[in-house]
Amino acid sequence: MGIMAVIGIAVARLHNLFAVVMLTGIFSLTAAVLYVVLDAVDVAFTEAAVGAGISTVLMLGTLALTTSEEKPHYPGRHPWALVLVLLCGAALIYGTLDMPPYGDPTSAIHHHVAPYYLSKSAGHTGLPNVVTSILASYRGYDTLGEVFVVFTAAAGVLLIIGRAKIGRRRTRRMAPGELSTSMRQNVILRVVSKLLIPFILLFAFYVQWHGDFGPGGGFQAGVIFAAGFILYALIFDIDTARTMIPPHITRFGLAAGVLLYTLVGVASMLKGGTFLDYSVLAGDPVKGQHLGILLIEFGVGITVAAAMISIFFTYARQER
Amino acid sequence: MAALVSSHLPALQVVLALLAAPVCLLLRRPNASWAVATAITWTLLAVSIALLERVLQSGTIIYALGGWPAPWGIEYRIDLANAFMLVIVTVIGSAVMPYARASVEAEIPVERIYLFYCMYLLNLAGLLGIAITGDVFNLFVFLEISSLSSYVMISLGRERSALTAAYRYLIMGTIGATFYIIGVGMMYMVSGSLNMADLASLLPDVGGSRTVMVALAFITVGLGLKLALVPLHMWLPNAYTHAPSVVSVFLAGTGTKIAVYAMMRIIFTVYGGMGVFDDFGLGEMLMALGIIAMIGASAVAIYQDNAKRLLAYSSLAQIGYIVLGISMASVFGLAAGIVHLFNHALIKAGLFMALGCIFLRIGSVKIEDMKGLGKAMPVTMAAFVAGGFGLIGVPLTAGFISKWYLLQAAIEKGWWLAIIALLISSLLAIIYVWRVVEAAYFQDRDKKAPAVSEAPVSMLVPMWVLIGASIYFGINATMTMDVAIGAAEALIGGIQ
Repeated sequence: MGIMAVIGIAVARLHNLFAVVMLTGIFSLTAAVLYVVLDAVDVAFTEAAVGAGISTVLMLGTLALTTSEEKPHYPGRHPWALVLVLLCGAALIYGTLDMPPYGDPTSAIHHHVAPYYLSKSAGHTGLPNVVTSILASYRGYDTLGEVFVVFTAAAGVLLIIGRAKIGRRRTRRMAPGELSTSMRQNVILRVVSKLLIPFILLFAFYVQWHGDFGPGGGFQAGVIFAAGFILYALIFDIDTARTMIPPHITRFGLAAGVLLYTLVGVASMLKGGTFLDYSVLAGDPVKGQHLGILLIEFGVGITVAAAMISIFFTYARQER
Repeated sequence: MAALVSSHLPALQVVLALLAAPVCLLLRRPNASWAVATAITWTLLAVSIALLERVLQSGTIIYALGGWPAPWGIEYRIDLANAFMLVIVTVIGSAVMPYARASVEAEIPVERIYLFYCMYLLNLAGLLGIAITGDVFNLFVFLEISSLSSYVMISLGRERSALTAAYRYLIMGTIGATFYIIGVGMMYMVSGSLNMADLASLLPDVGGSRTVMVALAFITVGLGLKLALVPLHMWLPNAYTHAPSVVSVFLAGTGTKIAVYAMMRIIFTVYGGMGVFDDFGLGEMLMALGIIAMIGASAVAIYQDNAKRLLAYSSLAQIGYIVLGISMASVFGLAAGIVHLFNHALIKAGLFMALGCIFLRIGSVKIEDMKGLGKAMPVTMAAFVAGGFGLIGVPLTAGFISKWYLLQAAIEKGWWLAIIALLISSLLAIIYVWRVVEAAYFQDRDKKAPAVSEAPVSMLVPMWVLIGASIYFGINATMTMDVAIGAAEALIGGIQ
C-alpha cells in the first residue's frame, strides 16, 4: 500500500504522460498483488488484466493520437479543492475507524449472506468456485448490467470518435506510427511476441471455459484475448490485424455477446422460471445452472473482447 | 402467453430495452432503428401502466431475478413510488420518440443515427433499472449504464463545447457514482446485505456505528451530484445547453428525476428506521440547499441569453422545490415533492421540445434570435407560453398544483422561510419566462432574417401532448395527488 501511495503522488506530479501511463500500470499490478494478499484472487485477476493490461494499451493508443507531454499548468490556484479533498479523506477515515477489523470472524459481513453462499452454492450450481456462482447466478443480473456497461462504452466510442474530425488541432503529437514502427524493428519484441501470442490466445480460452473451476471467467478471458490481439496489431501491423477481424465482425460480436446473455434470461422465462433462472434450462436444476453459467460467461467473453478490440481500432483509425 | 407476459412484467420493463439496444446496433439503418426504438418505448409505457395498475390493486410486487430470493439474489420490489417513477420515465420516453425523428435527422450525422438510438435505449434501460430495483448495488450498475449513455448523448451536440460539457459531466458524474458506491460498500461492511428492505431492518441494529452515518453522507453527496442539487450543479447548465435538442428534452424530463427518486429511496426506505431527520439534521440541511436552489438558480436564470440555459437554471430551481418537499419528511411534503417531480417532468420536457422546434427552424435558441417568433411559429410559441405558465405556477396549470401542495405542507410545518422562498422563486420565474415571451411576441423579427415556417407536425404533436397533459393535471389533480400520496406513504413507511 505504501508503494501505491508513492505511485499515486508520482502520477500527480509528473508531466511526462508516457511515464504516467507506465506508473498507472504498475499501480494496478500492485493493487492486484494486494488483492491476492486479501484472498480475492478473482478480483486480482481482473485488476491485472484490465488495469495493468488493456487500459495501459488503450492509454498508449491515446498518447499516440495526442501528445505525451502535459501542458504546463500552475499549481496552487485551487486551495478549496485541496480542502475539499482533505475533507473527503477525513470523512472516509472517520467512517472506517468504526468498521470491523479486517478478518474479524464476528463481523456482520461474515454472518449474513456469506455463509449461505459458502454452504449452498456447490449444491445449487455444482461449481467449486463460489465467486463464479455469485457473479453468474446469485447476482447474475448485476453481471448482465456490467456487460451492458462495457457494451455502452464501446458503442459510445464508436459514436463519438468517428465524427470528431472537424478542425482537429494536433500539437506535438508523435510522428505517425512512431511508436509501432520502432517496435516493429525490434527483433526481440517480434520474436518474443510471435512466440507468446498463440499462448496468450490459448490462455484466454482456458480462462473462459475453466472460470467455473478456478479463478477467471468471461470478463478476464475477453480482456486477455483482446490484449493478445492488440499486442499483435501494435507490434506488427494494424492493417493486417484489422483485416483479420474487420469492423463488422467486432460490431456483431459486441451485440451478439449481450444478446446471448439476455436471451439466456429470456429462455429461462419461457421455460417457466424467472429472468436468468438457469435451473429450468435443463431437466436437472444443477445441470441447468451449469449450462446457463457457461453460456452467459461465453456471452460476456464475446462482448468484452469485441468491445476492447473495437475501442482499440477506433482509436487507431484516428491516427490516419 | 398472456399469463406468461403478465407474470414477467417487472423483468420485461427493463429487459426489453436492453434487448433492443444491441438489435439497433446490428440493424445499422436510421429508420429501422428508430422504428425499433419507438415500438419498444411504447411497449414499455404499456408495461409500466400495467404495473402501476397492478400495484394500485394488489400492493407491492416482488420479482426475484435468477430465481434466488433476497437477500441472496437480486429482487425487484415495486411499490407505488417505483411504479410512478416508471410511468414518468416511459411517458417522457414515449413522447420523445415521434418527436425525435425529425430533430435527430437535423442534428446528428445520418451514419450515426442508429448508434444514437442504441444509446437512447440504453439510457432508458438504465433509468428504468434504477427506478425498479430493490437492491442498492443493482441500482449502481444501472446508474452506470444510464450515466455513460447520457455522457455520450450530450457530447453529440453540434458545437465543440458539447464535448467539454460532456467531459465535465463525466468527471462530476463519476465522482458522484464513486461516492455512492463507497457509501454502499460501507453499508455492506456493517450489515452484510445489499437488499434495500433487508438493509432497512438491519441498519437500526448497528445504528450507533459512525460507518453507517458516513455512508449516508457519501450517498447523499453522490446522488446530490447526479440530481444537480445546488451547490453540486455545475455540470448541468452546460450539459443541457449543448446537448442535441432531443437529449435535452429526455434528460430534463427523466435524468435528474431518477436521481431524486434514488435519494428518496435511500433516505426514507433504507435509512427509514434511523431517525436521520431527528438526530442528524438532514431535513434542515436539505431545506437550506433547496431554498438556495429555488432562489439562486431562478435569479441566475433571469440573466441568461440562451433560452436553453435559462431553462436549465430553471430546472435547478425546480429541483430545489422537490428537495424542499423531501426535507419536510412528512407524507404530505414528500407527496408534494413527488407530484412536483411528475408535473415538472411534463412541463420541462414540453418546454425543451418547443426550443427544439425553434432550433430546427432558426438554428439558434438565443433569446435575441427568437424575436417575432410568436407570429412565425404560433403553435410552438403558444406551447412555450403554456409551459412557462406552468413553471410560474399560474392556476389551472400543473405547476400551480404542486406549488400549492408544497405551500400547504410548509404551512403545516410552520416553515415561514420556505413559504417566502416559494413566493420569491415564483416571482423570479415570471421574470425569466417573460423575457422569452417579450422577445417572441412584442419584438419584430429582423427584416433581413430569412422567413421561418412552423415546425413539422411530428414534433408539434408530442410537444402539445406533454403540455396538454400538464394543463390537464393542473385542472384535475386528484389522480396524480392520490398516487403521489400513496408513493410517499410507501417510501416513508419506515419512519412512522
